[in-house]
Amino acid sequence: MRISIIFFFIIFYANIVLASPNIEYWITSAGAEVYYVHAPELPMVDIQIIFDAGSSRDEDALGIAMLTNSLLADGANGDDADKISNDFESLGAIYAADIGYDSASLQLRSLTESELLKSAIVNLKKVLSAPDFPTDALERRQSQMLIGIKAKKQSPAAIAKDAFMKATYQSHPYAKPSEGTETSVKAINRKDIISFYKKHYTAKNSMIAIVGAVSHELAKQISEDISAGFQDGEKASSIRAVENLEEPQSIFIEYPSAQTHILVGQPGMKRGDSDYFSLYVGNHILGGGGMVSRLFEEVREKRGLSYSAYSYFSPMLFKGPFTAGLQTKTDQADEATSVLLENIKNYIEQGPTEEELIAAKKNIIGGYPLRIDSNSKILNYVVVIGYYKLPLDYLETFNNNVEAVTIESIKDAFKRRLSPDKLVMVKVGTPSNKKSED
Amino acid sequence: MKHYWLKIEVIFLVLVLIMPGNTLARVYEFELDNGLKLLVKKDHRAPVVVTQVWYKVGGSYEYDGITGISHALEHMMFKGTEKFPLGEFSRVISENGGRDNAFTGPDYTTYFQTLEKTRLPISFELEADRMRYLTLSNEEFIKEIEVVKEERRWRTEDNPQSFLYETAKATAFQTSPYRFPVVGWMQDLSSMTIDDLSSWYEKWYAPNNATVVVVGDVDPYHVYALAYKYFSPLPAGKPIKINEQKEVPQQGTKRITVKRPAELPSIMMVYKTPVIKPKDKNQTEYDWEPYALEVLAGILDGGNSARIASRLVRGNEVAAGASASYQIASRLDNLFTLSGTPAEGKSIQELEVAFRNEILDLQTHLVSDEELQRVKAQVISADVYEKDSVFYQAMIIGILETIGLSWDLADVYVDRIKSVTNEQVLVVAKKYLIDDRLTVADLHPLPTKDKSSKIRSAIKGNTRAH
Repeated sequence: MRISIIFFFIIFYANIVLASPNIEYWITSAGAEVYYVHAPELPMVDIQIIFDAGSSRDEDALGIAMLTNSLLADGANGDDADKISNDFESLGAIYAADIGYDSASLQLRSLTESELLKSAIVNLKKVLSAPDFPTDALERRQSQMLIGIKAKKQSPAAIAKDAFMKATYQSHPYAKPSEGTETSVKAINRKDIISFYKKHYTAKNSMIAIVGAVSHELAKQISEDISAGFQDGEKASSIRAVENLEEPQSIFIEYPSAQTHILVGQPGMKRGDSDYFSLYVGNHILGGGGMVSRLFEEVREKRGLSYSAYSYFSPMLFKGPFTAGLQTKTDQADEATSVLLENIKNYIEQGPTEEELIAAKKNIIGGYPLRIDSNSKILNYVVVIGYYKLPLDYLETFNNNVEAVTIESIKDAFKRRLSPDKLVMVKVGTPSNKKSED
Repeated sequence: MKHYWLKIEVIFLVLVLIMPGNTLARVYEFELDNGLKLLVKKDHRAPVVVTQVWYKVGGSYEYDGITGISHALEHMMFKGTEKFPLGEFSRVISENGGRDNAFTGPDYTTYFQTLEKTRLPISFELEADRMRYLTLSNEEFIKEIEVVKEERRWRTEDNPQSFLYETAKATAFQTSPYRFPVVGWMQDLSSMTIDDLSSWYEKWYAPNNATVVVVGDVDPYHVYALAYKYFSPLPAGKPIKINEQKEVPQQGTKRITVKRPAELPSIMMVYKTPVIKPKDKNQTEYDWEPYALEVLAGILDGGNSARIASRLVRGNEVAAGASASYQIASRLDNLFTLSGTPAEGKSIQELEVAFRNEILDLQTHLVSDEELQRVKAQVISADVYEKDSVFYQAMIIGILETIGLSWDLADVYVDRIKSVTNEQVLVVAKKYLIDDRLTVADLHPLPTKDKSSKIRSAIKGNTRAH
């Protein structure tokens, strides 16, 4: 079941000084943008193709982006899913498809041994350019998505997340879950899927990222070859921006769990945001720094109230959410909520201390080499840089940008961007008059 | 997030399929006089280094009444020593740009730091210090055990799948300590005291019960010199006697029903199966059965073209999702697991029949050469892919060493998989995937909401943050 959301959970951080991967960029003759990093050490390559075909494009057919994305390898050019998957796997290649709010992606990981790679790419091209969308596969995927929707209903964390997004984004597409609703998924037919595919899986809506032990020339060939099969068509029109909330909302959803899950937040920032570095470094101190953050210290270390306590910004094409959260047994949910809200509010008002800021910068800047120490991590950066049109020297300049953040810039950004009097708060759990046992 | 004991089981399931082989990069092995073992592997792709300290203790070393103590102690290992008081450990690592955390499994408790390569001495100094000089304050313990209970509620109590897995293991194993959940039973957490933790720490945390694994852009002899400096002053602990806790032979199928608030029914079928035995290392004569079971798991669930996906999810569409996994490497004999959720309109009984038919097929028909070749190709490529992560490379060395095998088993793993035949797959299917080794656990959903209640309130208005 694929209910993950690719870009949503990647809180993007990066930086400088040491050798950063050299990202090369070109456009194929079909119009696809390509971002390539040569990583010769291991005989493997990762190729990811991203389309502006995420669930924000669902419109009324909620779930259609996910269905389309998952169906690509379920039948193409007359071959069925068994044949297609076997053609990848018998080469030792791994094919994966994924969907987020902002984009849909397909990924191939292969050994670079010439014959293996060549065959894997032929198969990938087939999946991308000649999907059949067989009716039986469509019905099966629909039925699996319905099961996926039910699976979320047995997870208090997922229930809280959906309610949080719905309240935070209201009529914006980010309010809707990628897997749609029971009714919307059932209503989608094969014709809808084909027209969604033709409209959105186009060269002009695409980007290709290649990281691995392939030469510049080979990367060019591969990107030309793959994109030659993409659909013609125009670049998708833009979606409207996210609006800020006008009033606070407090939502309680009853669920028979031992813990109450608490999420608070509001629309936060977008990719390439002018406040990005102040908000990123600032949040690192508030609740993003793992085991060293105010929320972790106040909620867990000082009071033992929760296993996790965190906050993060999820920058997206439009303002992705700022989210803070924790889970705790029901009879201490009120206490934990107060601690959480109090700390967020204080931080917005007062910002960090000098000492906290220095420590955060040391962690972020000193940890630079860890962020790009594998092909997988480099690929993630390349995809974000390319898809969201961040500057190609983004990694090189990252540490300087982090260094430039001040207490004042954090205070200023947090005050302008977050309003403690307009927070969305979601709680999922047992009402306090029906407390659960240990 | 700190202390992810469960995650490690997930990593472990992945590991069994893609354990490396033909490792060209050599592992350098050292031992200090106090018994500490040091294993170093060079990887010069990036200027980073990962340190992992593996202790031979975990959930399977525990007994009734104190379950969860290894994991609780792991939490307390972040609570300070005299030299580095409360909060210092993570603060120092963080200020050095590092990441640190820990995990506990049935067979091990592991602490790790990832750092820029010149900062390796920092992790050695901190780890050496807490190996013998942990403070263990009662005041901190009283708060931390509540955090652990929250962790149990979060991971197990409120997660029907985890709950089912916990129950399946506790039912399948009668005498093997693999019946204990790593996080511990709630009542044991409630009665645990700081004195229990002190004795547990005294007993297991010593250089002669630990392996330090370092992988990264380092010179192994320099790493040894550093290890000598920081770890060799530590006194060795008393030798530890470990009682063998073999599982008694099972005499028939066990069945259990778990009722939990849930939306979806599901089923878990676990068969008791053997693992690679220590005597197999470095021998040309080895027990091929675990490798055949590994291939068998790949035939069933090694990708989207494997039998579960092609026959049960597609094919007869009996499962919405299903999986097979086999634990090839652990300290004691372990499980082969089939689990799944029925498709819309199908029942868990129908899914069980479908699983049983797949087992029967494996017992009565040779798998095709194509399938066998596919599994082998996947193992060979995974051996390359896994080298993309220094952390993962260190994990494999650490696990193998800590469960009583040896890191060099990784060198022969791919070759042994490659030599598995279709007949061997059939033989292990007939020998191990039988009713007398089977436990079936079904999840029967209870309603997740009272019929009367729905979203209780959606108050818009003046709810100020307070």
